[in-house]
Amino acid sequence: MKNALSSLWQKLFGHPVRAFGVVSLLLLISLAIAPAKNHFSEWRHYQKQYLALIASRGDAITLQRHFHDHDGIQQIWLPQLGVVDRCTTCHVGLKEASLADVSTQPFRQHPVIPHTLDQFGCVMCHRGQGPATTVEEAHRSTLAWEQPILPARYVQSSCGQCHRAPLAGTPQLNLGRNLLGRYGCVHCHTIKLPDGSVIQPTDDPPSLEHIADKTTREWIYAWLKDPQAYAVTATMPNFKFGDPDARDVSAFLIANSTPLAGDTAPAISDKDQKTPDPTAGASLYGESFCASCHAVQNAAGNVVGGDVGPELTRVGNKVKPEWLRAWLRNPRVYDAGTAMPHYRLTNPQVSLLTAFLGNKTDSDLLANVHLDAATPEQIAHGKLLVTEYGCASCHEINGIKKPDNFAPELTRIGSKPLTQVIFQPGMTHAIPDYIAAKIRQPRSFGAALKMPQFSLAPAQIDALTTALLALTDRAHDLPLALTVPAKPPSNYQPAGKAGKLMDDMACFTCHAINGRGGDMAPELTWEGSAVQRQWLQAFLKNPGTLRPALIRRMPRFNLSDDDAKELTDYIMTVYQTAEFDRDSMPASGYTPAQVEQGKQLFYSKYACQSCHIIDTKVDKGYIGPTLTQVGSRLNAAWIYHWLKDPQAMRSGTIEPNRNMKDEDARALTAFLVTQKGASRQGAKK
Amino acid sequence: MNKRWQTLFAVSLALASAGCSRKPEPGAALKPTGFGAALVESSGGKQIGPTGMVLAQPLVVQVNDDQGTAVTGALVEFSGPAGVIFDPPSGLTDSSGQLSTNVALGSMAGRYQLSARTSTKAQKLVDLKIEEIALGYQQQVGFQLDNKYCARCHDPESTAERVSNYDNLEVKPHPFTEGDTLNKMSDAELMAIISHGGPALNKSALMPPYGYTLSKTEIEALISYIRLISDPPYHASGMVYAQK
Repeated sequence: MKNALSSLWQKLFGHPVRAFGVVSLLLLISLAIAPAKNHFSEWRHYQKQYLALIASRGDAITLQRHFHDHDGIQQIWLPQLGVVDRCTTCHVGLKEASLADVSTQPFRQHPVIPHTLDQFGCVMCHRGQGPATTVEEAHRSTLAWEQPILPARYVQSSCGQCHRAPLAGTPQLNLGRNLLGRYGCVHCHTIKLPDGSVIQPTDDPPSLEHIADKTTREWIYAWLKDPQAYAVTATMPNFKFGDPDARDVSAFLIANSTPLAGDTAPAISDKDQKTPDPTAGASLYGESFCASCHAVQNAAGNVVGGDVGPELTRVGNKVKPEWLRAWLRNPRVYDAGTAMPHYRLTNPQVSLLTAFLGNKTDSDLLANVHLDAATPEQIAHGKLLVTEYGCASCHEINGIKKPDNFAPELTRIGSKPLTQVIFQPGMTHAIPDYIAAKIRQPRSFGAALKMPQFSLAPAQIDALTTALLALTDRAHDLPLALTVPAKPPSNYQPAGKAGKLMDDMACFTCHAINGRGGDMAPELTWEGSAVQRQWLQAFLKNPGTLRPALIRRMPRFNLSDDDAKELTDYIMTVYQTAEFDRDSMPASGYTPAQVEQGKQLFYSKYACQSCHIIDTKVDKGYIGPTLTQVGSRLNAAWIYHWLKDPQAMRSGTIEPNRNMKDEDARALTAFLVTQKGASRQGAKK
Repeated sequence: MNKRWQTLFAVSLALASAGCSRKPEPGAALKPTGFGAALVESSGGKQIGPTGMVLAQPLVVQVNDDQGTAVTGALVEFSGPAGVIFDPPSGLTDSSGQLSTNVALGSMAGRYQLSARTSTKAQKLVDLKIEEIALGYQQQVGFQLDNKYCARCHDPESTAERVSNYDNLEVKPHPFTEGDTLNKMSDAELMAIISHGGPALNKSALMPPYGYTLSKTEIEALISYIRLISDPPYHASGMVYAQK
């Protein structure tokens, strides 16, 4: 072997001339490596493929010209965003609309989005390595890159880096952000937003200070073991407590609870309950529109109803009747901040509803729960568990403080360095996979972890992952001028006695005023300009049907005359628009010709009957409110301005702007104010 | 000498292929305990969902034998175009003969032809074709606009949240899936009727104009959504390019 080597050496370098020749040859070869590498580079290969693809197309010449205008390595450089993207070197057809039918990558046309490539580049949305010019380096995490390409299913997270407010085109991101609050993730995990604010929870977990008034230890035990067995829609996660732990936690919570005055109400005298109509409870539940907020699972297993309040399918298993009576009488005694309105029900009504809800039970739920009296050791152990598992992060518990930063902060989770992540064996080493797996099964990363198991559908897990992936370094470091801020939350609070009344009836659960409140019912910021005083006062006393097709309607709150007047006065004075004068249009005195012209316009030119009803015998449209008595309900100037520009009066309303001429709007107003309605049947009923 | 090279080549090939197929075949571990004769869709077909996202409803298929009774333990494998993710991609049918999978569509908007496959006792393959529609950004915007402004009249079906106004209208609107009619209309015509109302094309005034309420971009998004969900599918007219 040694001989062979030395003879080879002799052959190559034995003679100075030969040695010079060999060295020159080696040098030449090494010089050729760079051009050869360039020639055989991946991107040239793709560009050649692209030229072959477009050669046979009808508009080959145009496409070729576009291509040759930008030959070689391409780069989008946006110093302000820190973007250096060479993706367009291979993805040559991104801007070619005529390539819509090409489905092979990297030549597809980019789908229509509101941004252009030249403004934002590629990695802003897709992540990956912008400066790379090979497939591996650009897309995958093979070369120890922190940032592989973002899977398409999470791409909306990138919109969330700049856009803080919900966008119409990003339902998944919107849902994920909503879930962060709704499932209470942010009770334990702090998430600071780039503008300095903190994401607030929206789930309002109940206080456990007086829990023994409300429910039994057996129910708490069953609930802790499996919250979704009680209510499939429950957002409470499963802490996977063993039997002894659930026994001890329930023992502690009951022992730790203090009674609250007025929290329970004894059953009223038998006189009122003697002959309860079995269907009366169900009708009262329906008439009070409880289902607008509360859902019930029907026989087919479908959950029907709103999701503002808790599901009531098995509520009879949970609450004590004396507590339920007190709650129905006035929920604000037990929970001052509840979203539930104070219905001002009469005693017989309270009894009816209590009986009706008490019957909503599942005999299996507590059948196998048998708990012996709690021992002091069990209670002490329960307290330990409650502290260890951070129950007080969500619930108020006597004697236990809400822990600070109970779980890791997630402010920049989307850019968490991979070196800090412990992956499971067999898992793709990328942040999206890590986040999704953590949400899907937190304890699979270690049985000792405290994070509970949430009951989430696959789409919800994807949505949450999307929302978390938006929390990147880039999102935090972007100049504020380049971001689209969210509307700051409004803490509007109406004043005085009327304000107290509105809190009592929980108006803001459904209605929004000055930016605060729900979207179940119409926005009321300018309600005082819109309606007539008399109508409003009568409506508050006894809400009639305005929109026949609506399933969720305003319930009756049994207001006293004084309260209704107080509220009417407040709304009529305070909720006024500055856009126009209430009295700028007369409420009467229009000529019959004007009224007739308005009628013509209503039925022919503008065909309003497709959505509204004026004559109940002929018209059928029931998208908008019924207009049979609109002349007694709405203010004339409001009608006129609404017709001119509905969205200016109530943003987001679906009534289309008809670009109406002044005289048409005036004639229609004249016609509408004469619609006084022969009777008030709808309201009386 | 030549032979040695051949063996070396073979060995390296074997090594390379072993290195490439590290992942075990999904479903390879599943041994079917039952065999059916037919594969039917129970639910989850014809869904519309955003690209890349998990569809709202799982796709459920059922394996029946030649008598039409459900078969337990039959192996069903799902497949689809690149980018479609099934979770799980295959499995055995449960006691009611059904197998449920969550489907995430690919990253491009369009119609996705998915298929489920099971084999009979005689190793004959039975296929079931399922179609789902993925909405891109633009169609997603259109979908939401449809939901807010159009569906109340154009969708004859009522939902738990919304009562349809379709039956109340003297002139019936065209449901957006009605490809037979809508596919004959050009984009410009749709744009005109949405912007200026029915009378713009000598149609019913019951269709109001939305040109002062929606932006041009929004109406374009709506049209692209209508085009995508149309049944039969819409094919843009114009130049057709030959493809190799």
